[in-house]
Amino acid sequence: MDEQRRGNSGRRWTSVPRRTFLKAAAASAGAAALGGIPGILAAGQAPAYSKGTKLHLLQWLNFVPAGDKVFLAQVEEFARQMAVAVQVERIGMNDVRTRTTAAIEAKSGPDIILIPNNLPHLFGDGLADVSDVAEAIGKDQGGYYDLPRANASSGKRWIAVPQFVYSWAWNYREDWLKEAGITKFPETWEEFREMGKKLKAMGRPIGQGFGHSENDPNNYVYPLVWGFGGYEVEKDGKAVVLDKKGTLEAIKYNTALWKEALDETGLSWDDASNNRAFLAGSMSVTGNSPSIYFVAREKFPEVFKVINHAPMPKGPAGRFYQLPTLSSAVMKYSKNQKLAKEFIRWYMSKEQYGKWFEVMETFAIPPTKMWYDHPVWTKDPKLTVFRDVIKDARQIGYAGPPGRKASEALAKYIIVDMFVKAIQGDKPEVALRWATEELRKIYSA
Amino acid sequence: MPQPAESAPATVLSKPTPIRTAAFGLGRLRRASRTERREWLLALILLTPALVMLGLFVAYPFVRGIWLGLLDSVVGREGQFVGLQNYAKLWNDSIFRRTAQNTFIYTGCATFLKLTLGMLVALMLNNLVGFKRILRASMLLPWIVPTVLSTLAWKWMLDPTFSIVNWILYQVGFIRLRVDWLGGPVMAMGSVILVNVWRGTPFFAITLLAGLQTISPDVYEAASIDGANAWQRFWKVTWPLLMPVTMVVVLFSVIQTFADFQLVYILTGGGPANSTHLFATYAYQIGVATGKLGEGAAASLAMFPVLFMVVLFQLWYIRRGEGGKGGA
Repeated sequence: MDEQRRGNSGRRWTSVPRRTFLKAAAASAGAAALGGIPGILAAGQAPAYSKGTKLHLLQWLNFVPAGDKVFLAQVEEFARQMAVAVQVERIGMNDVRTRTTAAIEAKSGPDIILIPNNLPHLFGDGLADVSDVAEAIGKDQGGYYDLPRANASSGKRWIAVPQFVYSWAWNYREDWLKEAGITKFPETWEEFREMGKKLKAMGRPIGQGFGHSENDPNNYVYPLVWGFGGYEVEKDGKAVVLDKKGTLEAIKYNTALWKEALDETGLSWDDASNNRAFLAGSMSVTGNSPSIYFVAREKFPEVFKVINHAPMPKGPAGRFYQLPTLSSAVMKYSKNQKLAKEFIRWYMSKEQYGKWFEVMETFAIPPTKMWYDHPVWTKDPKLTVFRDVIKDARQIGYAGPPGRKASEALAKYIIVDMFVKAIQGDKPEVALRWATEELRKIYSA
Repeated sequence: MPQPAESAPATVLSKPTPIRTAAFGLGRLRRASRTERREWLLALILLTPALVMLGLFVAYPFVRGIWLGLLDSVVGREGQFVGLQNYAKLWNDSIFRRTAQNTFIYTGCATFLKLTLGMLVALMLNNLVGFKRILRASMLLPWIVPTVLSTLAWKWMLDPTFSIVNWILYQVGFIRLRVDWLGGPVMAMGSVILVNVWRGTPFFAITLLAGLQTISPDVYEAASIDGANAWQRFWKVTWPLLMPVTMVVVLFSVIQTFADFQLVYILTGGGPANSTHLFATYAYQIGVATGKLGEGAAASLAMFPVLFMVVLFQLWYIRRGEGGKGGA
């Protein structure tokens, strides 16, 4: 009989010469000692635990195709080095919740899911502890910003590893603002309103979506409430305090802004509506990531020349942002948790992450602070504004701790709908009372 | 040659009646003849796949859903028994009350419009002389295209910026400003009803057309001779004779429309400000989007009493019809 032998069960077994086995064992031990891929590279051999396994990644549909290209190349490289098969599946961000819920309940599905916003808290019981990976990355890369930490850490353990934070700013047409006599983008919400009045009078309103969509509506309404001094819940995470003067002022301001300055079709917009409308020239200002700018660079060169970006206006309480965070979660049901963690550790290493971050330009803000001085931020001065937004970012459910209840409030679009109700004719006080009651139901449960 | 009178009972006994035999019980089975036993076994074999399918895909999820509605389960965590607490929460939930209202409006308006338009189309097709096959086939297109695809196309057509509907209305001078079809609460509900009607009318039309073709032309001829005009022929002849088919179609449609999900989910996601949420979309939002599986199951089961009543009525109506025929 040659090397192929049959066991009692009828399965085929491949006999391994003792010398080869010892080399492989030594390689695995070395990999463990050196840690992750560096160790594997040093050993020149994939570790025994990974061979032949399959890793399933569920990712979002990236707005920057170049980022996908680099990511897939990295996936291939990882698969080759670890001798594993890696499957990358992509879905729209609004569908991630469904897939994650279904996967956790069925206890099968992707090994790693890229989860948006504070939703890792919603799924916390179904996610593996990734504290070792997250802490090591944070330590190595200058520490985490507060927002990604709040969205991916329960305080006791890391339930996901933050991959990046969406950058966000006001995109505006310099040429049309000049036509309206505005040479500098407004610094305050009151100046913003005055600018909007002039632009809407010219038939070029400000565009802001208020539909049931994951990003744009929330990225606007939460900072508006915070800017006017309102917030959802006290630090204890129990006392709902939304019904304060600041929130009421924010609702009144937005209702007036709707009529005077905003595009009045925004109630049905999803996250892509404002991108299309801005590029089609039907509005002059809209809040977004730099994806509009990148698409204009590729397909609308005339528009590209006249786009610029500006930070969020300040309210009486200051300037704030709500920014979507995307975090890699290793699923508790996964049988490949070790390999999944290894992938995250490798992909988030300085060398690999740096390649991806560069091609994402300023769309992705790294969750750690060491990238702040990277030249990517200053390469195009029109994009530099995106670097600082994370410093003023707050988590959903501020000032309470991040958690499942804040996630539920976000998922139910309570704050978005509070503004919509006022736009649709409810008195601001009535809309505020409704939202406060809804939040109380969530936080008292 | 007529059958001898005494041979009749024997014929009846040997007639295969597997379902009735199955209900005889074991004692009766022991006393049954060999042929009857074989038939009983055959019936069991033939019924088993259907019973297994029903058990797995209908009965189990249903019972599991009822049980889940009594737990405080959240995603990833086993729930504790909380009795009717989830239902009590829904009762006090303003979004749920709005959802219930929306669902009745949506179902009522859409079913009425589908019946009216379906009847008109069926009558027209029934009286057409040429192009019958092409017209019937093309009319079915909205029904056979996957709902997700056709609804996405509608979403584009109703897009506030790029709506072809707005463009046409603007070109013919009906509007001067863009209409936000999915923006206001009334417009958004109107739009989702419109899309549902567009999709569901062919089902009504084809079924009613099949019913129309079973009505004998002699009846119309007799009515015409008696001096009945077109409206009287419809109201006194077509409508009563078509009633059994109409009832079945309406009841099926009510069940489907009441439990609709895809259309609203794609067009509005339940917005703006929950003005288009239906039971199914709101149950999905609670159960899947916010991870509260127990509450989501309770919201989903809130549809059950209404649908159960519809099904009961449907069964009663069908059995009544069958009884009527048998007695005639």
